[in-house]
Amino acid sequence: MSLSISLITYFPIIIRLILSVIGVICFFAILGLFLVYAERKVAAGMQLRLGPNRVGVFGIAQTVADTIKLITKESFTPGMADKFLFFLAPFIVIISATLALAPIPMAKGYQFWNIDVGVIYVPAMASLSIIGILMAGWASNNKYSLIGAMRSGAQIVSYELSVGLSLLSIVILTGSLNFNEIVMSQDNGWWIFKGHIPVLISFIIFIIASTAEINRTPFDLPEAESELTAGFHTEYSGIQFAMFFLSEYVNMFIVSAVAATLFFGGWMPFHIGHWAAFNDIMNYIPGPIWFFGKSLFVIFLIMWFRWTFPRLRIDQLLNLEWKYMMPISLVNLLFVTLITIMGWHF
Amino acid sequence: MPELETITETGEYILNVGPQHPATHGVMHLRIKLDGEIIESIEPVLGYIHRSIEKMSESLTYRQLIQMTSRMDYLSAHINNTGVALTIERALQVEVPQRALVVRTILAELTRLASHQLWWAATGLDLGAVTPFFLGFRDREVITTIFEEVCGSRLTMNYIVPGGLMEDIPNGFAERVNKFLIDFEHHLPEYDQLLSDNEIFLARNVGIGILSKEEALSFGCSGPMARASGLSCDVRKWHPYDLYSSLEFNEVLLTQGDCYARYKVRIREMYQSIRIIKQLINQIPEGEYQAKVKKIIKLPEGEYYERVETARGEFGVYIISDGKSSNPYRIKYRSPGFSNLASLSALATGGNIGDLVAIMASIDLVIPDIDR
Repeated sequence: MSLSISLITYFPIIIRLILSVIGVICFFAILGLFLVYAERKVAAGMQLRLGPNRVGVFGIAQTVADTIKLITKESFTPGMADKFLFFLAPFIVIISATLALAPIPMAKGYQFWNIDVGVIYVPAMASLSIIGILMAGWASNNKYSLIGAMRSGAQIVSYELSVGLSLLSIVILTGSLNFNEIVMSQDNGWWIFKGHIPVLISFIIFIIASTAEINRTPFDLPEAESELTAGFHTEYSGIQFAMFFLSEYVNMFIVSAVAATLFFGGWMPFHIGHWAAFNDIMNYIPGPIWFFGKSLFVIFLIMWFRWTFPRLRIDQLLNLEWKYMMPISLVNLLFVTLITIMGWHF
Repeated sequence: MPELETITETGEYILNVGPQHPATHGVMHLRIKLDGEIIESIEPVLGYIHRSIEKMSESLTYRQLIQMTSRMDYLSAHINNTGVALTIERALQVEVPQRALVVRTILAELTRLASHQLWWAATGLDLGAVTPFFLGFRDREVITTIFEEVCGSRLTMNYIVPGGLMEDIPNGFAERVNKFLIDFEHHLPEYDQLLSDNEIFLARNVGIGILSKEEALSFGCSGPMARASGLSCDVRKWHPYDLYSSLEFNEVLLTQGDCYARYKVRIREMYQSIRIIKQLINQIPEGEYQAKVKKIIKLPEGEYYERVETARGEFGVYIISDGKSSNPYRIKYRSPGFSNLASLSALATGGNIGDLVAIMASIDLVIPDIDR
């Protein structure tokens, strides 16, 4: 009796959970497909090519076809691999990417999870992926995979410091770790315009460091194909490879979304101080368009890096972080604090 | 080191790069002993595409064996063919018509340009920049199209025969080459914008893999590789063939000897090649394109050695003839890639494994040239 009552009580919650899980998976799939397509088109534009243009109109179904191919392929496990860890690794990577997306507001009130420590939560979840990467490198029983995973570990752990410090500068300015409050604080202008040069510096540091966090060129050493074939996912194929691939693009979106939220006001339209009329006109453009537009702008920046720059060497990469970016971030943080205390920002 | 051992007793790691590996540009196998990421020793393992070209050439006639050289350094096919043809012509003391010499020189410089473009494209790719690959191929495509119109083949030309050219050049050859030169002169600054002045590219190349002049000499390095170390070795200057003695061009010499110097030498050589082609392209003389040479060539008894400057360095042809048969008694090629590869151990030992890729790219290896 009591069991059936509790089932009835929890029924709506269970339905809601299932629906949100389906929603998240769909959102992920569409996001991944779109970003892969966008990357191929951006690359083609920079390389005097057309990019995908055969499957569907303008080749938009190309990534769908690729995904179907990857799903139907065999997921091969090498004979000497640690089977359980090898199987587990891609799930950890993709779960960490999924979790990190939760607290980012996509429009006013549209957010998977309104959490008070959002700014701390996102890097914490994103850095869980390093466990999956190390696991993949270790379990593959392949030297290239292991070297790739170790490089990735060193890289992600180092660059997290710069990411954290540059996020902190906005936290200091707003006095809140909640993404919603950070967005609301940009009602009279985005932080990148309000915060003078220190915020600009922390934005640049954030972009560089997070490019390294998500293992993309010029910091794509973990999968440097001319040295390590494919790094930690050398031995992966089929759907398991697709999971690594998808998580890379979801991570890119998360990084861009965080940058857009903290520095460009998230879903907040372009407002200038107390120009009420101008701000009203801007409000006619809905929030999601602002949010995705800004995120896509940052994504384009990151793609632009990838198709222009060569790759750094591992020691140069670590030098860049520990000798340049970390000290600069720390000093920059002092300036941000000074601006906040003196009230010099707009 | 034993074949299957992966970790030595002293704890060094043995890494096999290749025979199938993206950075080796072909089937080359490097066995590397690593201490962490530092290279302790490096040993190229050859023989994966040995086709015994020299032995096969002993049973081919002189006209036939020229085409084997296209399969060696396939990026300098024209120049290799010229090398063999030159040896035969000088042995027979044939006077090659002026028109053939001019066209040969133009094609040789176009080959050098195409080879350096491909090298530039591959260097970018090796260092993780994908876009240079497409820009390099954009320009190379034009040259291969010109080759295709001239001789019907894009890579292994086989257009040069003892005594001149196989066929006359097609109509509109000069216009096409001129148009290419105008376009390419606009494209070359893009190469600098994208890679040469890039901070990351400089960090990866400056001071990496230094080869001293003495080492370059002792390893027998030639071409851009040796000239980047300050060793003047341009065959076109020292032992002129074709029309090079009457042309104005500079031998590009740098003294740093690092990867960036080798990069710079090749980039500057492209400008010199353009300069050479410009001197000739509008003055292709009328007349015969082939001297009269017997169908079955028999060289007088003796030993003959001639050399040419390919895109990678000095290519030497050594022929021993017994004077009776229509094929050589013995033939030996001195390929630039083999000697340049010999310096790999000196360049990479003690360095970082990440630098190996930059060093390999700067040596500009063509594996079939090393492994004949």
